[in-house]
Amino acid sequence: MTILELKQGIFKENEVTADGIREEFKAKGKLMINVMSSPGSGKTTTLVRTIEHLKGIVRVGVMECDIDASVDAETIEANGGKAIQLHTGGMCHMDAAMTKQGLDAMGIEDVDICFIENVGNLVCPAEFDTGAAINVTILSVPEGDDKPAKYPLVYEVSEVVLINKMDAIEIFDFDVELAKKRILACNPNAKIFCISSKKDEGFEPWIEFLKSRLKEAEAIQHE
Amino acid sequence: MHELGVTFYILKDVKKVAEENDVKKVNYVTVEIGEVSTVIHDQLIDCWNWARKKEEVTKETEMRIETLEAVTYCEDCKGEYRTVEYGKTCPYCGSEHTYLLRGNEFNIKEIGVDDDT
Repeated sequence: MTILELKQGIFKENEVTADGIREEFKAKGKLMINVMSSPGSGKTTTLVRTIEHLKGIVRVGVMECDIDASVDAETIEANGGKAIQLHTGGMCHMDAAMTKQGLDAMGIEDVDICFIENVGNLVCPAEFDTGAAINVTILSVPEGDDKPAKYPLVYEVSEVVLINKMDAIEIFDFDVELAKKRILACNPNAKIFCISSKKDEGFEPWIEFLKSRLKEAEAIQHE
Repeated sequence: MHELGVTFYILKDVKKVAEENDVKKVNYVTVEIGEVSTVIHDQLIDCWNWARKKEEVTKETEMRIETLEAVTYCEDCKGEYRTVEYGKTCPYCGSEHTYLLRGNEFNIKEIGVDDDT
């Protein structure tokens, strides 16, 4: 018996593909943002609001990733974004190879910011680098303030956490300060914005964040 | 939860190494899994035993799993402790300023092949 030593990470190939995607976006002065959350937290509604706020300033593309259906892509297109619907073939997450396929099919020439709306799931998407420059997690009020304690990894890898459905705060036992404390325990540098996508409230800091990061990306490209 | 996804990564890597080394049959593949890498061993093996049949070279390849201990470091008292037992809170000083040193690995360590292949 001969033993061949590999000693390589199982995610190595994915990391290489992801780095390639990041380099491509960097070279073009564009941004890719990976949005993760539980099912039903308001990812699509939040993206629709974000597109509204950026209308005429930033061109937005969205890759909708679901196990089935195309309702989300239709919603995005009806609201002025460029969209493509990817079916993950039963997989619970997106990886960099799937992202690349989606980008090639959608085309990013007429897009400044491309969002990946990842499969609704707080576990698996956090493990796989999609090639996005920024990870965002949406935590909605009805889910409860304990989610960062229960699913820490997705919060650890997220630069931004949007606490959504703030309009429902009176109905649910959701402690905003406790949620923030738990998010910061996962990632002390996380930027946390409280929003209501339904009521269109609290979007300014999030929109400013997007604009300033896009500006940085464009500045790097022109250097 | 995503054992099936990683199974395909392993299959691809094993196939590639087998091709590079002109191996016709792989007897076993050993993977190293950190204690807190969220991979369920039994499910990974179930997925593997299903997926391995897709490639000639891995048809009878046994999956072996080695567990790597998870260790967390405390920034305040500089202590190291077992993650699985104490989580994010340092058992020596009670601090939560801690981070994982190791234990989320997921590596392919080696494959075993017959000498005559």
